[in-house]
Amino acid sequence: MKILVCISKTPDTTAKIAFTDNNTKFSEEGVQHIINPYDEWYALVRAVELKEKDASTIIHLINVGDPSNDAIIRKALAIGGDEAIRVNTTAGDDYYVASQIAEIAKEGQYDLILTGKETIDYNGASVGGMIAEFLQMPFISFATKFDLEGTTATVTREIEGGAEVNEVSLPVVVSCQQGVAEQRIPNMRGIMGARTKPLKVVEPKDVATLTEIQSFDLPAPKQGVKLFAPEQAEDLVKALRDEAKVI
Amino acid sequence: MSVLVFIDQHDGHIKKSSFEAASYAFKIAQQLGTQAEGILIGKTNDDPASLGKYGLKKVYVASDDKYSQFDDGVYTGIIAEAVAQSGANVIVFSNNFNGKAIAPRLSVRLKAGLVTGAVALPDTSNGFVVKKSVFSGKAFANVSVKTDTRVITLNGNAYGVNETEGSAEVVSISPSIAESKVRVKEVNVLKGEVPLSEAEIVVSGGRGLKGPENWNLVTDLAAALGAATACSRPVSDSGWRPHHEHVGQTGLAIAPNLYIAIGISGAIQHLAGVNRSKVIVVINKDPEAPFFKAADYGIVGDAFEVVPKITEAVKKLKG
Repeated sequence: MKILVCISKTPDTTAKIAFTDNNTKFSEEGVQHIINPYDEWYALVRAVELKEKDASTIIHLINVGDPSNDAIIRKALAIGGDEAIRVNTTAGDDYYVASQIAEIAKEGQYDLILTGKETIDYNGASVGGMIAEFLQMPFISFATKFDLEGTTATVTREIEGGAEVNEVSLPVVVSCQQGVAEQRIPNMRGIMGARTKPLKVVEPKDVATLTEIQSFDLPAPKQGVKLFAPEQAEDLVKALRDEAKVI
Repeated sequence: MSVLVFIDQHDGHIKKSSFEAASYAFKIAQQLGTQAEGILIGKTNDDPASLGKYGLKKVYVASDDKYSQFDDGVYTGIIAEAVAQSGANVIVFSNNFNGKAIAPRLSVRLKAGLVTGAVALPDTSNGFVVKKSVFSGKAFANVSVKTDTRVITLNGNAYGVNETEGSAEVVSISPSIAESKVRVKEVNVLKGEVPLSEAEIVVSGGRGLKGPENWNLVTDLAAALGAATACSRPVSDSGWRPHHEHVGQTGLAIAPNLYIAIGISGAIQHLAGVNRSKVIVVINKDPEAPFFKAADYGIVGDAFEVVPKITEAVKKLKG
C-alpha cells in the first residue's frame, strides 16, 4: 500500500498578519513557518498510524514550493514518512498546486492520497478535490474518522449539523480534520532519521494559474468593546435589540 | 450566459445558505446583464419553484432518488450538465461542506477559476475580482479570476438573503452520470435543529463554566434566544460537549449575526473560528481576557451570576 501525504507550509497560527508592497504581498517579517496543522496533525499522523499497523506501507510526502520549504519537509519526515518529494516552484493558485501534485501522483500509483481540510493561510480547501478530479478518483472531504480494512476505507465526513459514514474502495483522496488522528511531537530518533531520508526535488510541469491575488485588505478595526456592569444585564440585552438589532 | 447556483439541502429541505447563495447569484446576474438559475439534486420536500423569490428564473431539478445520497463526483457531473444546458459562466455554491467538496472538482472539470470563501459581490468593472476571506478571517484577498467561466463559494452570512416575489420555472433533468464510487452507509443529522453553521445566534461556552453540569447556563440562554449552542476546543476535548459544537481554528468557522461567548478567554485559535460574526458579546470574569479586544459588547463578571440575569432579561423583553 502506498500513501501520498500533501504537506503545505503556512505561517504559524499566531503570526501577525500584515502586508507589504502596497498590500500585494504577505509580510514575512518575523513570521515563523510551520507545517499546515491539518496536514501535519491529521493527514500525516493518520498515515503514520496505518504504517504502524502494516509495516509494508510506503509513505511519500509531497510539497509544492521553493527550497525554503525544505525545513518544514524535514520536520514532517521526523514525524514519519519514507521519503519526500518537493516540486521546485513557487506555489501558484490551488489549481496550479493540485496539477503539480496530480502529475506526481499519477506516476506514483498511490492507493491513498491524504490532505488537510484546508491551509490556514489561504483557506482554499480545494487542493484535495482538485487532485481527485485530475486523477478521476473518489474524494471524501472533511473526514473526522478514517479506517481501512483491506482495500476498503470507511470514512466519516462532517456535514452541516451531523456526520455521514461513507465506504469507498481504494484508491481515494481524503481531506482530513480533527478526529482523524492526534497531533504527535517528533521524537529524537525521528528527528535524527529525518536527516537522511530522501528528499527528491523535481521540476514543475508547465501549468497556467486560473486565478491571481491582486491585493489584500485587513478588516476594519473593531470600534472597541462597550462594557456593562454585571447588574446591567438588562441594558446589555436592550442594546442588542435596539442598537445592534441582532435579537 | 447565466449565473447558476447549486441549491443544497439538509434533511430534505433547502438550506438557508442556499437562499443566500441564490440572492447573491441573482445580484451577480444583474451585474452581468443576464439571469440566475439554480440546480437542485435529489428528492426534496420543498417546492423548487419557490426559489423564484430569491431571483432565480429557472431551476433544474435532478430528482431521481439515486441522487439523494451525496457524492461529490456524481454531483459534479450533474452540475456540469446543468452548466452546459444553462450556458452558465458563473457557478455559485455556499461555502459549506457540500459546496467545498464539489466546487474544486467542478473547477477542474470546467477549467474554471475558483474562489472559495467569497465575502462580497465580484467587482466586474475591470475583469472579475472576488474578495475572499483568508488567514482564517484575519484578512481578505482580492482574487482576479482569469478564466471566462468562474466558480465561487460564498461564505455564510456574508451577503444576506433578499426575499421578494416570484416563481421559478422548474426543469426536470435526467443526466447520464457514472455510478457513484462512494457508498453512504449512515447519515446522522440533528433532526429539527438548526445546524450550527446556519444559526443566526450562537451561544458558546468555555472552560470558565467549570464543567458540563453547568451547561444549563448556556442552553437556557440559547433557548430564550432561539440560538444554537457551541463551545471552545478545551470543552470538546474534555468531552463536556460533542465535537460538532467546537468552533475555532480546528473546529467549525461560523459567522452568525450574534455570537455570545461565556467563559471563553478568546485565544487567537478560537477567534479564527468566530471573528466573522457580526456582533460579539463576551462575558468573562477576567478583564484582561483577550476576547474583549475582539468584542462589541461585554460584561466583566462571574458567568454564574451574570448569565441567568441575561436569560431573564431576554425572556422579559421578548415575552
